[in-house]
Amino acid sequence: MDNDRIDQIIDKHQGEASSLIQVLLEIQRENSWLPKEILERVSEKLQVSLAQIQHTATFYKAFRLVPKGRHEIHICNGTSCHVRGAQGVIDTVQDLIGIRPGQTDLDSKFTLETCNCLGRCALGPVIEIEGKTHSKMSPAEAKDVIKKYE
Amino acid sequence: MGVVTLTIDNKEVKAKEEMTVLEAAQSAGIDIPTLCHHEKLEPYTACRLCMVEVESRGRVKLDTACSSPVKENMVVRTKTEDIIKIRRTLLELMLSHAPDSRELQALVKEYGADKDRFEKEASFCIHCGLCVRYCAEVKKKSAVGFINSGVRREISFVPEIASKECWNCKECFELCPTEALQTAYLFTVAQISDSPSFELESEK
Repeated sequence: MDNDRIDQIIDKHQGEASSLIQVLLEIQRENSWLPKEILERVSEKLQVSLAQIQHTATFYKAFRLVPKGRHEIHICNGTSCHVRGAQGVIDTVQDLIGIRPGQTDLDSKFTLETCNCLGRCALGPVIEIEGKTHSKMSPAEAKDVIKKYE
Repeated sequence: MGVVTLTIDNKEVKAKEEMTVLEAAQSAGIDIPTLCHHEKLEPYTACRLCMVEVESRGRVKLDTACSSPVKENMVVRTKTEDIIKIRRTLLELMLSHAPDSRELQALVKEYGADKDRFEKEASFCIHCGLCVRYCAEVKKKSAVGFINSGVRREISFVPEIASKECWNCKECFELCPTEALQTAYLFTVAQISDSPSFELESEK
């Protein structure tokens, strides 16, 4: 994302410091994450200190400060999936790809996230990878599914 | 600039209109403990140790002295049983984070707090925000700020700013009621030489 585009987004919010969250969200929508260079540009344009932006960006879970992997894995750990053994699935997937929820692996292949209910409770435990839902996952099945992604 | 009269601990105190209860008490020689208060900085009400009982127009409520403005005929009590209990509990909670802080130790004696009441979870920071606010409000550099939220909240230097500004300043060091700040700074310095990014830090 180049500086012109960042400036465009900031201008849309009249360069108001109070629009920081909206600006960051909009940038993230296009760029998928918030690299430091972008935050520095935002800090300069909005006249908000980098420390304050850092505070806001780490305060809300919605902001991503590490790059996204090629495949995003969402494992549901809502109540239904949880009682059907989602934790076992999460543990297995963590061991398999070597990262914890919220992280991206070194090859930028996977980003792992847990979430609370994907609305497919009858099919739990549910894993969603790039919009495709894999249902009734056992730890072993989850392993097979994830191995298919490159 | 008007003058208001209020009562603090049964003592009649005259204070300027724009003063806070804490300032009025200090001017009358009444001691209210504080940790996050600094005269050059805006009130922050983070430590809540300056909690006092305020009676105004017949109603009693608890409020932080550092942030409440004085009012005519206000009645303030700074050492009631309730207040002391609140301060004791606050101290005990803070001690689980910073068991060895000298400033806390001094207050522990005064309030009879039990330093072992809560399980130790030494992060060494009690989130008073003195360093963060001093850097932003007085030095206008914002080299240090808070990151994360809730139980994971902590102070963090912005490496790019800290590497330029902090070495010759370090004025925040002596403000810190615990020793967390120095540690955070040294940690940042160590990090700059390796990988200058807070993304890595926030990932923990």
